[in-house]
Amino acid sequence: MLLEEYVFAGFGGQGIMTIGQIIAYAGMIQDFYTAWIPSYGPESRGGTANCNVVISDEIIGSPHTHHPNGVIVMNAPSFDKFEPLMAPGGVLVVNTNLSPQRSERDDLSVVYIPTADIATEVGHPVLASVAALGAFAATREVIDDANMEKGIDWALPAHHKDMLEMNLKAYHEGKKAAEAQLKAAAK
Amino acid sequence: MSDERVFMKGNHAACEGAYRAGCKAYFGYPITPQNEVTEYMSAHIWEHGGTFIQSESEVAAINMIMGASATGARAMTSSSSPGISLKQEGLSYIAMMELPMVVMNVVRCGPGLGNIAPHQGDYFQTTKGGGHGDYRLITLAPNSVQEMAQFIYDAFILADKWRNPAMVLTDGTIGQMMEPVDYASMPWMDPPDKSEWQLDEFQEGRERHVLTSIWLDPVDMAVAHEKLIDKYERLKKEEVRYDEYLTEDAEVLVVAIGSPSRVTHSAIRILRQEGLKVGLFRPITVWPFPYDAIRKYADSKRVKAILVPEMNWGQMIEDVKLAVLDKKPVHFVAKHGGLTFTPEDLTEPIRAILKNPEEPNTLWHVS
Amino acid sequence: MDVITIEGTEYKVVAERPKSLTDTPFTYCPGCNHGTTHKIIAEVIDELGIQHRCIGIASVGCSVFSYEFFDFDFISVPHGRALAVATGAKRMRPDSVLMTYQGDGDLAAIGTAETIHACNRGERVTCIFVNNAIYGMTGGQMAPTTLLGMKTTTSPLGRDAKRIGWPMKMSEMLAPLQGAAYIARVSMHDAKHILKAKAAIKKAFRAQLEDKGFSMVEVLSNCNVNWHMTPQEGVKFIEEQMTKNFPLGVYKDVWQEEAAKQTAKEEG
Repeated sequence: MLLEEYVFAGFGGQGIMTIGQIIAYAGMIQDFYTAWIPSYGPESRGGTANCNVVISDEIIGSPHTHHPNGVIVMNAPSFDKFEPLMAPGGVLVVNTNLSPQRSERDDLSVVYIPTADIATEVGHPVLASVAALGAFAATREVIDDANMEKGIDWALPAHHKDMLEMNLKAYHEGKKAAEAQLKAAAK
Repeated sequence: MSDERVFMKGNHAACEGAYRAGCKAYFGYPITPQNEVTEYMSAHIWEHGGTFIQSESEVAAINMIMGASATGARAMTSSSSPGISLKQEGLSYIAMMELPMVVMNVVRCGPGLGNIAPHQGDYFQTTKGGGHGDYRLITLAPNSVQEMAQFIYDAFILADKWRNPAMVLTDGTIGQMMEPVDYASMPWMDPPDKSEWQLDEFQEGRERHVLTSIWLDPVDMAVAHEKLIDKYERLKKEEVRYDEYLTEDAEVLVVAIGSPSRVTHSAIRILRQEGLKVGLFRPITVWPFPYDAIRKYADSKRVKAILVPEMNWGQMIEDVKLAVLDKKPVHFVAKHGGLTFTPEDLTEPIRAILKNPEEPNTLWHVS
Repeated sequence: MDVITIEGTEYKVVAERPKSLTDTPFTYCPGCNHGTTHKIIAEVIDELGIQHRCIGIASVGCSVFSYEFFDFDFISVPHGRALAVATGAKRMRPDSVLMTYQGDGDLAAIGTAETIHACNRGERVTCIFVNNAIYGMTGGQMAPTTLLGMKTTTSPLGRDAKRIGWPMKMSEMLAPLQGAAYIARVSMHDAKHILKAKAAIKKAFRAQLEDKGFSMVEVLSNCNVNWHMTPQEGVKFIEEQMTKNFPLGVYKDVWQEEAAKQTAKEEG
């Protein structure tokens, strides 16, 4: 049985909620059961925010993920909060532009990605979360790139469709950066 | 799986269910965690020939619904716990006047302002009355985004079938989460003909229609009551709905609704891998409550105990105990304050129960 | 003019019960103005030919049973919520004619929010607001419109502004709201004023029929029983005291405003 439980966390406004929705949507069109749930309320309006994503090949019970096996942290407080909760064998993407910590756990696979730098290089700092999602896809190969790309398109509002190319580029640049790191680590 | 599925929030899916049921009026007031309903209605109900008003209060909203429903339209409002408290006055009048309408409560934590996290503290309010006087709301309890849409849709059908207000009782988790939804089971429909009683502008040549909830003479009032009582008794016989998961061989029966029933599902999967026989009984109508179906398990030699997890201090468990009638222990797991269950919160008590099946009713507070 | 024959003799009909009233005799106290107010409303509805399009909203107070007397569709609603219910009904049936009939407790105390917001939204409904400065049905308690110094069962020493504030002036409050099309205060203390009241009520319904916005007529009305007066003393009290606190007149007239705008346009 496949049971993927993710937490994506960061500051409100970084696009954390959206990349959670993208991967959950992509999971749906890949014929998995998927669920997404936000932390909602005052903390989602500019403070720290996170969302939970569950992807499974069976009907999903709890949509809440208490011991995630996949995590993206976009800032330092999120690293402190979620890295210790992770299930052994999980994958962690750390945005090094805002989270300087290094994980001391040896039961996790961790990639350290300067997502804001990648995003700026691609064209806009707002793409950092999509770059992080690309890096995440490299570490957790569950959802196909083609479906992720459809998810990115789905999440873009009609008046921002001109940003699609840039978003896709950020996704792939993030993925490339993570793949390079994983390759280096394997050596 | 079909390509018809869309990926949506529970609160948005509820609106889509309403549109498909022919809902033409939504009046409401913003409150977390159901703001998405008010926002989505304000943006989209026009596309379906309906009307939206952001009312000055929840009190005004429920009374606007009263007016809309009195004219025969399908109308709904929604809120979360503190706002639902404000709607109780209106619901009492609506119930006595037998006006069909739908109200959704995306329950948050109380009492008082509480917090905006998911909770189940409004079970008593919904199923035992809420407003003044003796009345009942047909109440459906969804536990998925699909059911958010489906149960709003069904609530409109039931409300019109019985000329009774219907409640969809859910919690912040189900309202806020996104899941795939397939609307194939919800064909677009129009409301049934209500020209026999509705208020309208076509009064020429017919008796006038009067909707009221006042009968000063106790004898007349008693007659009005009896009409309601008779309806409620028929509802209890005809409309009880529930869902079961791995109950055929269960030795421990978990009775849960809303998001705790989802966590129960996860917990059961873990326990089944250990060979423990646990099943989930999920009331879909919490009024009328499935007493008889639960009593069957209480009477079964196989079932050793019953467990009720709730995100409150113990409300639905009273109905479960009425069904079980002391024939089996009924254990309770409480999680409250807006905290949500983990599967471990349930697996541990269930393992303990199966080790000591004779143990009398136990209470676990998980925090 | 209609002619009717009774026992072989023909009679000219010079006055008759309005069609928009039922045959049910009024149950109001002797001297109370509710009955006359009902009658002039019904006459207006007859004259406008809208009886079978009218939906009435009965509120809570002495007029709780007003649906017994008006001969068209009616709903009896919670205390203070008449204008919210009217809003919901009118939005679903824009071709119907909505009338709320409310007292001072209903409209100016428990239903203040509903009143102000229905007016501000410019709901196409007509509100008849009966102001008799007291709670009649519950037995003579203080109303938001009770005059200063007036003794009631809950202001036994007389209304004291320091402790409970001043009489609420609803017409003055609502008139500045842009949703208001027609707001007038009238009085029932003599025949001349009753005719004026009827004209105002007609205008209020016209505001709705012509899709102009919210309309309200505040009717200063006798409650001699709870004022502990004879009916004659009561109407005198309206004339001398009530109208002093609640000046009669038109507070908002959308037609006049439109005409003024038109003139200004033509001139400038």
